[in-house]
Amino acid sequence: MPLSQYILIAVVKIAIALFVLLTACAYVVLAERKLIARMQNRWGPTRVGPFGFLQPLADGLKFILKEDLIPSHVYKPLYIAAPMLSLTLALTAIAVIPIGQSVTIGNANIPLQITDVNIALLIILGLTSVGVYGIALAGWASNSKYSLLGSLRASAQMISYELALGLSLIGVLIGAGSFSLREIVNSQAGWHWNLWYRGQFVAFFVYLMAAFAETNRVPFDLPEAETELVAGYHTEYSAMKFAMFFVAEYANMFTVACLATLLFLGGWDGPVFGPAWLMVVLPVLWFVLKVILFIFVYIWIRGTLPRFRYDQLMAFGWKFLLPLALANILITSLVIGLTA
Amino acid sequence: MAQLVTNPETQHHGEGPKDRTMILNMGPQHPSTHGVLRLVLEVDGETVLRMMPDIGYLHTGIEKTYEAKFYQQCVTLADRMDYLAPFHNEMGFVLAVERLLGIEAPPRAQWIRVLLNELQRISSHLVWLGTHALDIGAMSVFLYCFREREDVLRLFEAIGGQRMFTDYFRVGGLALEAPLGWFKRVKKFSDTFFERVDEYEDLLTGNPIFQERTKGVAHISKEDATALGLSGPSLRGSGVDWDLRRDMPYSSYEKFQFGVPVETSGDVWARYLVRMREFRESNKIVQQALAGLPEGPIKADAPKIVLPERDKMKTQMEALIYHFKIVTEGFSVPAGEVYQAIESPRGELGFYVVSDGTAKPYRVHVRGPSLANLQGLPKMCEGRLIADVVAAIGSIDIVLGEIDR
Repeated sequence: MPLSQYILIAVVKIAIALFVLLTACAYVVLAERKLIARMQNRWGPTRVGPFGFLQPLADGLKFILKEDLIPSHVYKPLYIAAPMLSLTLALTAIAVIPIGQSVTIGNANIPLQITDVNIALLIILGLTSVGVYGIALAGWASNSKYSLLGSLRASAQMISYELALGLSLIGVLIGAGSFSLREIVNSQAGWHWNLWYRGQFVAFFVYLMAAFAETNRVPFDLPEAETELVAGYHTEYSAMKFAMFFVAEYANMFTVACLATLLFLGGWDGPVFGPAWLMVVLPVLWFVLKVILFIFVYIWIRGTLPRFRYDQLMAFGWKFLLPLALANILITSLVIGLTA
Repeated sequence: MAQLVTNPETQHHGEGPKDRTMILNMGPQHPSTHGVLRLVLEVDGETVLRMMPDIGYLHTGIEKTYEAKFYQQCVTLADRMDYLAPFHNEMGFVLAVERLLGIEAPPRAQWIRVLLNELQRISSHLVWLGTHALDIGAMSVFLYCFREREDVLRLFEAIGGQRMFTDYFRVGGLALEAPLGWFKRVKKFSDTFFERVDEYEDLLTGNPIFQERTKGVAHISKEDATALGLSGPSLRGSGVDWDLRRDMPYSSYEKFQFGVPVETSGDVWARYLVRMREFRESNKIVQQALAGLPEGPIKADAPKIVLPERDKMKTQMEALIYHFKIVTEGFSVPAGEVYQAIESPRGELGFYVVSDGTAKPYRVHVRGPSLANLQGLPKMCEGRLIADVVAAIGSIDIVLGEIDR
């Protein structure tokens, strides 16, 4: 493949991935508002466009057109850099996530992934870890007490749950024998999903809990607990800077949802049939459906559960999830070691 | 406000940084201080070392304004103190004045008053439950509660013309007879309400996260609660079996059968359980009031105090004169003083009315339950986490309009 073609394909893929991800973030916000509204016996947005479908557009426009306030008491360089850091890292993670096998257009065989790295999983874990900096710096640079408390909570929470999250994946890695997400999905082909085939349901549970905590969602939404800390680490942010944190949170939700699909739910594995074009589309469809299912669980839980307290959250992470993840690793490796 | 500076005792001296603690202003603009309460917290990390509630942001001067109003005008003002329980305020004031005058409302009026008071208790507790759950992070309960509250407010609108500040009770009775079909509507609401309470309990009572957030949190002992003058569900949550409706009955409450829920653990969970059971008890009283509602007049036979019926005023000379006199110069109340306490959704709501024999009160003092309950808050919260402060504020169910008066 000539270099120019290679670059062209990469650029097109990046553009598509960005567009799809950002649109998906916007529409997940709408879907969340709609679904939660129906769970709570109300309508949700209905005014902008039919059924409120243009609401995300209006919201986006509002964020762009709003005055960009920078309070006088903040430390400006970091205050401005923090949301950018959050958003950039959240978006970068999507680069290594595959959504299907590959398509052949003309003479080029294009894998459905921006870049296939053989340590993709490590990259994602690394990126989400660095993502804490965005929040920590936002809280520190805001020079406000609520922001500070929010960012302290966020940092502590994300660091603690990162451990459980990482450890929950090891069982899968032992089974697949690779860090490449594509390899891991291929190892689950033919309904041999990690969730049951290698008995990783405990790991899935740990992953699910840790993922909720990683993305600061109910019942682990302490860093932005509105009723306690006003808005947590983004109390002092407005307009586009606030929107960046917002999009970053939803992009992170997508990342963990994709990861859960790839690692536990067989990725794009599912029944494939019909003509050639359908054979290409169906796996992507299965993948998207699984991600949507995961996101729905997120929204559902938000409509149901109260919030943990800070110390309870820590105890849950360190005293329950971490030992559980360790036990899972031990048992998985024992089983694999004995049967291999 | 000298007490608001950082306490030197809690500061770290010698090695290390001096300012280990931080003063955190919670409110008056804060999502969960239920209005305009300001809490000054001295925190070490997230642990609250000291707390000082600062009130007065909603000062209305209602008590002082009373002194310039006729007695019948005062009822309107009473509504506006505890804006979640206007009927209880009306009840307290009206009963106090009636005692000074030595008259009593006819039985039907008393029963309708009880009925409205209990509906009001339900609607007030619904606001408490919704906001309390929201503070703890359970969002949906809030909207379910407001769905039922809407039904109750519609009933109020039908009977009193207003959703909240109905101004429906009068000295000597009620303003008007209830509209046609109103009691049927109340019955319909009351019949479905038990199921609705089950629905709230499904979402919260069995939820392990909710239990962890409330059990053992913001504890106040029986002795402290009594000493600080707590009342209502906040007192009964600490194991004191005291309810004015049963122990010092007013407005025919002695004719109703109802339980007084008491819990002994004295934490947020206990206060939650007490109020949840009060939902059901109040609904029972509503059903009893509907079943045994006596027939008869709704106004006492006291022409110099109670406004005459409209048609009488248009046809009879004396009625017209009384109407003119009451509206233009009020009715004079014999000199004396009286303290009338009732059980509002928040606790003991007392009206201390002093009359100098004119048509306007000489002095009215209100013993608001929210103010006394708020005094218990520092006791509950000191040494605990910020998240517990939010749970504790919700659990004492304060209304700032009544604290500041």
